[in-house]
Amino acid sequence: MEFIRLPKVENVKLLDRVSPRRSRVGTLYLTATHTIFVENEAGVRNETWVLHSLVCSLEKQAATSSGYPLLIHCKNFQVLHFAIPREQECQDVHLSLQRLQPVKPSYEELYCFSYKPNVDDEERQNEWDFMNLKADYSRMGLPNAHWKLSPANRNYKVSDTYPADLFVPESATPPVIVGSSKFRSRGRFPTLSYYSKENHAAICRSSQPLSGFSARCLEDEQMLEAILRSNPCSDFMYVVDTRPKLNAIANRAAGKGYENEDNYSNIKFQFIGIENIHVMRNSQQKMLEVCELRSPSMSDFLEGLESSGWLKHIKAVLDAGIFITKAVAEEGVSVLVHCSDGWDRTAQVCSVACVLLDPYYRTLQGLMVLIEKDWISFGHKFSHRCNHLVGDPKEVSPVIDQFLECVWQLMEQFPCAFEFNERFLITIHSHIYSCQYGNFIGNNQRERIQLGVHQRTHSLWSYLWTNRTDYINPLYRPDHSQTQGLLRPSTAPYCFKFWRGLYNRFDQGIHPRQSVEDYLRTIQEETQQLEEQLASHKQVNFKLPLIMSEAAPFDKSPTAWTLSHDLRLANTPQDYTGGFITSSPSQPKAPDSSGLILLPQDLNQTSIFSLSNSSDPESGIADLSCRSPLSEDSTRDPDSDEAVYSAA
Amino acid sequence: MCIMRQGHKEELMEFSEHIKTANVEDVVLHQPLHPPSRGTLCITGHHLLFSDREENSTRQILLLLRNIDAIEKSVENLLGYSSLFSKADYSKRISGSSGTITVKCKDLRVLQLDIPGMEQCLNIAHSIETLSCLNDVSEMYPFFYRPSDLSSQDQWGLSSSEKYYSEHKELHKRWRLSSVNRDYSVCPSYPPAVIVPKDIDDDTLKKVAKFRQSGRFPVLCYYHRKNGMVIMRGGQPLTGANRKRCREDELLLQAVIDSSDKGYIIDTRSSQQVQQARMTGGGFESKSSYSCWKRLHRQMEKGKALQESLIKLVEACGDESQNMDRWLSKLENSKWLSHVQTALSTAGLLAECVERDGHSVLVHGSEGTDCTLLVSTLAQLIMDPCCRTLEGFLALLEREWVQAGHPFQLRCAHSAYSHVRLQQESPVFLLLLDCVWQLWRQFPLALGFSEALLLRLATEAYFSNYGTFLCNNDQERCALGVKEKTYCLFHSLLKPTEKEHYTNPLYEPTDLAIWPSVHPQSLQLWRGFFLRWTPQTRHLEEAQEEIRNMVIEWGKVALS
Repeated sequence: MEFIRLPKVENVKLLDRVSPRRSRVGTLYLTATHTIFVENEAGVRNETWVLHSLVCSLEKQAATSSGYPLLIHCKNFQVLHFAIPREQECQDVHLSLQRLQPVKPSYEELYCFSYKPNVDDEERQNEWDFMNLKADYSRMGLPNAHWKLSPANRNYKVSDTYPADLFVPESATPPVIVGSSKFRSRGRFPTLSYYSKENHAAICRSSQPLSGFSARCLEDEQMLEAILRSNPCSDFMYVVDTRPKLNAIANRAAGKGYENEDNYSNIKFQFIGIENIHVMRNSQQKMLEVCELRSPSMSDFLEGLESSGWLKHIKAVLDAGIFITKAVAEEGVSVLVHCSDGWDRTAQVCSVACVLLDPYYRTLQGLMVLIEKDWISFGHKFSHRCNHLVGDPKEVSPVIDQFLECVWQLMEQFPCAFEFNERFLITIHSHIYSCQYGNFIGNNQRERIQLGVHQRTHSLWSYLWTNRTDYINPLYRPDHSQTQGLLRPSTAPYCFKFWRGLYNRFDQGIHPRQSVEDYLRTIQEETQQLEEQLASHKQVNFKLPLIMSEAAPFDKSPTAWTLSHDLRLANTPQDYTGGFITSSPSQPKAPDSSGLILLPQDLNQTSIFSLSNSSDPESGIADLSCRSPLSEDSTRDPDSDEAVYSAA
Repeated sequence: MCIMRQGHKEELMEFSEHIKTANVEDVVLHQPLHPPSRGTLCITGHHLLFSDREENSTRQILLLLRNIDAIEKSVENLLGYSSLFSKADYSKRISGSSGTITVKCKDLRVLQLDIPGMEQCLNIAHSIETLSCLNDVSEMYPFFYRPSDLSSQDQWGLSSSEKYYSEHKELHKRWRLSSVNRDYSVCPSYPPAVIVPKDIDDDTLKKVAKFRQSGRFPVLCYYHRKNGMVIMRGGQPLTGANRKRCREDELLLQAVIDSSDKGYIIDTRSSQQVQQARMTGGGFESKSSYSCWKRLHRQMEKGKALQESLIKLVEACGDESQNMDRWLSKLENSKWLSHVQTALSTAGLLAECVERDGHSVLVHGSEGTDCTLLVSTLAQLIMDPCCRTLEGFLALLEREWVQAGHPFQLRCAHSAYSHVRLQQESPVFLLLLDCVWQLWRQFPLALGFSEALLLRLATEAYFSNYGTFLCNNDQERCALGVKEKTYCLFHSLLKPTEKEHYTNPLYEPTDLAIWPSVHPQSLQLWRGFFLRWTPQTRHLEEAQEEIRNMVIEWGKVALS
């Protein structure tokens, strides 16, 4: 590749931000798609892979004693701090990376178009067919007597940023739709996002009306009237403008604005006050700076977190979602939600409300459907917001991050209510930015069709579904009380936490050293296997000892589990400012498999053994390297990255 | 109807002078997580009893008066102001009046009692105010508590220096058990038996005691089996302004380490603070006199500053405003999490010296009864797997807090709500439990006990049916006959019926040290304690129940 001036640099240092003593020396490789760092340490095969498309900034710093520092910031919040021995090499790596990325000049060069897993075309088509939004609408009970599928936008003529298939009220005629769309920014007329079968209340979404100071539009008024009438149980509807009032008023001067209650019959108008994309971008930037502080004090951290305002914004989004949820579920009133263009705050608020309202969206499949529906199909501008392409830096904003974080905050409040785990959210987040899959390429459905995304790229959803066992929350039970019906979260400020798992994801030193979730998953799998074995054992009924392979699942008892999870107690020396801290080697022990014959008494023995676990001092300490969901392309870290140290 | 099963006639007599109204009907109780309920309120010498008479099954709420940290009362006259009424209406007016008592508890619960009748309300309030603050230990409830399922013949306590010494045979070569303090005359706050270097005789110890604050001469509190290093703790040396020396003290410390070796002294005060301490007779081990010992200073907050930190944090948690910025700045301003961070990192430093660098360490601050114990306890949890079981942890607390002379009576007299002028109150023990909780969060499989245990201990230290946390030291407990006349909390926690609740279902013992991360991102507010009475905590408890059930089911299947 002509961009790469220097494919390989030896003796590069990869500095650890959290614990400087854990810095590693190795070789840096540049390939067409990845930057790869391979540690030199004998016997340790530790690789760090970074996709070029995830890089968001490169920074050369003044030379230090350890070399010429090169800082790489990634969109998944990984920060790589290299020290390169010679200035020229640093220069060359910097230049090469600049050319390779950070931002591609055109869609064609995005990674998804060159990412070729071994999958044939038919399978690829199946991947894309896995996601079917029509099925979700029929799950809601649509079409029905009140709502119909409208062909109005079939060829993206009415609104080029809307999807082709849209649900509108039964009484909304094509002229009303077209008329209303002409009165709305970017033609984004009011259309259905969610419908509640139980009480006919609906969540609709649109962009702002072009009302200016006094303009009216009969068709738009008829459109809202139609939405109101499609809910026979209620005699008014809410119109929620998610912007701060001041912003909405300012828009009036530009011929846009908000609905005048006097012109629309029976609407209740409400401002919510979520800040715009620029405020959010700056806020996240400030928060990330706090995350990157070197050994901050508690006060530095809390003050920084507060002044970033990030959690305040997350709370605002959740508050808005709760408002809509209450309107729909408790009052049975339909809601029309909009912001300016109706693709950022509107998407956030509608999807948060869906998560609160409908247990389905709290399942693995449901969340994927929800993102497909309210974000991808309704034209959230992923390529602009996530900086997939060279573009206006002012278009970049972590709007989808905020949605994912709202879901995470809810998961923290309701640990048993979600079928998926934190890893699922983080994996989705990474792939929104990585451009490895076609799902998030482009800014709307029309662009994706033009790019032939379905024909030329792969789908993340099917990948996630295939690997779903990695993303299951072991505490989820469909029949648990937390799972049922409406979620009623508290939005007291103390309920909002800093999301360490995402924003400090790659700083291994600061995460819990053991994972309850992994442990429970193992137990769960084992319980299942044991139950199956017991069942089959009853059938076999004392025939003969079964062959070993059938008994093998016993190896997956906590005994086996500990084999794959060595304790990584590596810690940050500056934490306590002493020497550096011990990690002991994991001592793989051979599970005594000779006893694994399915005779009742042997079964008993094995079970007691696995319960007591007395012979394994290492048990129960989970390695969190598996936290990294992008393990196949982000970090390869099969062994402890810490040299084995036995106490002095 | 309000004579309680624990109530003694004798008890009622003793406190009757403080109880003008013992019984009020038609009281409405508001408590967190429950709808208001109407019932009868009784007050006895030690309890507030509320029985709900609305349902057939009478629900009773029994509150130890000692749990009450503060009350606020307001009375209102339903018929308006009196000038309009003639004297004849006076009694009618009283009966038409009512009052409200807000009860703020040391377990951070806030209750409200609506009491009909102004006079009754004032009487009840007065009784609560008086009886909840009685300072005579021998009148406290543990001396009256008679549980049916614990016999008083049960052995009192789980651990002691003697037991520790006999369990660690490796110690015997270089250490001995001294009974120099058998009558508490050398150090009033030490137990009768302590572990000291073998080469140091009792006469030397007596001289050292005179040179250390409160007579707290350095004693062994932990032996690290892996490398034979130890942790010692004591009070500060009384070097004073003119840099007094004590030959015996120097000998004692020298006897701890090999002549070629080096030891560390972790002082829980800053180097500036120790210089100031010299002006008031305290001081530090100077390099010239203790050439083999290296001092490390870590400034840890204690006393009033810590109490105020707790007060601010509890206030922040009770702030109903929905303002995010205010919450974060109040949380920051309370400094509680900073104290957690400092405590854990000082303990990490101590453990690092012992486990990683292989040196013995002496810990002290000024008195050696607060932060010193905090740090040595946490370090033992980090290093020693034996301390991480339920029994091991309770034994550790008994040795390092109860017997080592943490003045529970003074420190836990009041908590965050009290209006009383603060004296010696300081939530050092609560800070310990918070730090242990942080460890538990970071190593959810490595500790044998559950969060429920930490929550229970966090309240038992302030008010209890048991005698374990009574008094300030062993001498006081001995004088009052605590071990003979009250029951031991630790034994009760280990009863088969209770034990399961306090065990961690995920416990998988590990021999390795568990090094906590002390990054701000790694430390969290202890919601289970500070936000215990909010509905959100209920969801987290449900998750814990779910975990317990999964493990039980797995166990059943595996055994079947």
